[in-house]
Amino acid sequence: MIPDTPPEHPDITPEMWTDINAVITANHRRPGAVITVLRECQDVVGYLPVELIDYISDGLDISSSEVFGVASFYALFSMKPKGRHLIRVCTGTACYVKGIKEVMSRISNTYKIKEGGTTEDRRFSLEGVRCLGACGLAPVMVVDRDTHGAISSDAVIDVLHKYE
Amino acid sequence: MAKLSVNDLEKIKTESAPAIAFQDRTYCLICGGTGCHATGSIAVKIALEQEIAAKGIADRVKVVETGCNGFCALGPLLVVHPGDIFYQKLTGDDIPELVESQLVKGQTVERLLYKDPVSKKRIACQNDIPFFAHQMPRALRNKGLINPEDINDYIGRDGYFGAARALFEMTPEEITEQMKISGLRGRGGAGFPTGVKWDFARKSGGADKFVLCNADEGDPGAFMDRSILEADPHAVLEGMVVAAKAIASNQGYIYVRTEYPLAVRRLGIAIDQAKEYGLLGEDILGSGFDFNIDIYQGAGAFVCGEETALMRSIEGRRGMPRPRPPFPAHKGLWDRPTILNNVETFANVPQIMLQGGAWYASVGTETSKGTKVFALSGDVNNIGLVEVPMGTPLRQIVYDIGGGIPKKKKFKAVQLGGPSGGCIPEQFIDTPVDFEAIVKVGAIMGSGGAIVMDENTCMVD
Ligand SMILES: Cc1cc2nc3c(=O)[nH]c(=O)nc-3n(C[C@H](O)[C@H](O)[C@H](O)COP(=O)(O)O)c2cc1C
Ligand code: SF4
Ligand code: FES
Repeated sequence: MIPDTPPEHPDITPEMWTDINAVITANHRRPGAVITVLRECQDVVGYLPVELIDYISDGLDISSSEVFGVASFYALFSMKPKGRHLIRVCTGTACYVKGIKEVMSRISNTYKIKEGGTTEDRRFSLEGVRCLGACGLAPVMVVDRDTHGAISSDAVIDVLHKYE
Repeated sequence: MAKLSVNDLEKIKTESAPAIAFQDRTYCLICGGTGCHATGSIAVKIALEQEIAAKGIADRVKVVETGCNGFCALGPLLVVHPGDIFYQKLTGDDIPELVESQLVKGQTVERLLYKDPVSKKRIACQNDIPFFAHQMPRALRNKGLINPEDINDYIGRDGYFGAARALFEMTPEEITEQMKISGLRGRGGAGFPTGVKWDFARKSGGADKFVLCNADEGDPGAFMDRSILEADPHAVLEGMVVAAKAIASNQGYIYVRTEYPLAVRRLGIAIDQAKEYGLLGEDILGSGFDFNIDIYQGAGAFVCGEETALMRSIEGRRGMPRPRPPFPAHKGLWDRPTILNNVETFANVPQIMLQGGAWYASVGTETSKGTKVFALSGDVNNIGLVEVPMGTPLRQIVYDIGGGIPKKKKFKAVQLGGPSGGCIPEQFIDTPVDFEAIVKVGAIMGSGGAIVMDENTCMVD
């Protein structure tokens, strides 16, 4: 059952709670819906705080250890806050051949950020991901929803500059 | 829109014939795959539409956004029909000249045509370009030719006629028989004969069987499935309908990577349109057969491409592989009999129903029939999507189609089969594309990622 009043959380606004309730209600009786619910809730909040995972487990009537188990298994889910912009760098072979390593280290050095980490001002999160399926454009970086192809280590900082 | 009968399907096909043959007007086919979107094809499309309107020729020129054309390295791409004129690397600034010259005066714009890296000559006609000339599109037969968001385009190119034949004229056993004759082996990597797999599930008793499509494409250098889903989503849906009839299933799922937003969107549109026409859902085409398909988005775990892990993931659990037996054909999703096939495998099915298993098996080698799609990337001139008959030597893919290695460097190896595959060095480059022959030289066919490496790339990393 969805709890009557959602818990207080600094990163979750009342509007977000409304959206979260809608996601849970739409999927409540669907078997196997937990991954879909986690994904859509993460889209709403940006990450999955512990309180939200508990809330989802109450809402779907699934034990919270099961929901945690699922959330921690899949790379897509993050229980830590993310930056305002998510940089995903392809670590697939085609991009490797075309020099993605240099691109990655340029980003790391410029923004003082490690793979899997977030900058202190929460502007960027940086992730290495498996082949993005855009090898024709290798090396490839995806920022939020934009795909940037043939990206050189010299050009990458100019591109990222536009994401405040 | 009312639900269609087979007669209605024929009617739509007849009505769209002139458009499909590019006879009723001039067509500008703009590539709208993920690759070309990233290089700016949407801006080119908008500029083109505005310029066409400004010149007052909108009544005789139609702009169509297609899926991936295949020659990703040269995007944004535009193909003009009739004439099959191929324009490449376009920007918005090129559009006024292109419209005035090509569309108003009927003269090609030399400087925007493809330039052959060997002869240095410009080539106007798409089919004269070596990259395309050596290919045999079957799974990719509609790529770059239809609007993937318009089901009528698909029907115009014989879409859903394969399903109609399977639903009205064939028994489940006849379907699996034709699949066996075709010799089609799974395109997801393992190469298991598709007809045999379906036959197991057909014979397993009970209701509530499932048909699953594996679109979790995760091997590095692989973008075949993405391109098929973006360019021709209905081919996959139709293949699943045929499979459903063969094993008596009423529910299908397509498991797609969440990193493929455009593929997810186009699949969603395709499913909605198919439902509206009664090509999915209850009583398909009035045959009395029911089948539904839902999309399931993955959550980023490579192992979920493995079949038992994928099924657990759809059940909402941690995607861990489990030992077999029991095989999914007996106990799969929710412990029900289930078949799982790859995107490319399903895309081949409609034509096999329509033209027969023997037609499909007419090309290929002794043990590997038909064609295979490869995603060619890395240190090679013509990066893109390639479909060739089985038995084609790798040399032809890398050199004749791929245009060889850039910057006059030497070929070192081509990696096939992703991380679990292997690198095929120079001395084996005449190996034919064939499941067994590739294993003999130390790699595996895999799903179709082919990454070329030149002498400077270190293979150890
Ligand atoms: C680790 C692992 C990852 C796999 N990833 C994929 C994949 O991304 N796509 C795919 O079609 N098959 C993948 N497979 C193969 C599937 O398990 C399965 O054999 C295939 O989807 C069956 O379809 P097919 O017979 O049409 O090839 C993977 C297998 C393993 C062991
Ligand atoms: S998509 Fe990259 S993007 Fe990756 S290997 Fe393939 S090309 Fe990298
Ligand atoms: S996306 Fe345009 S050619 Fe592939």
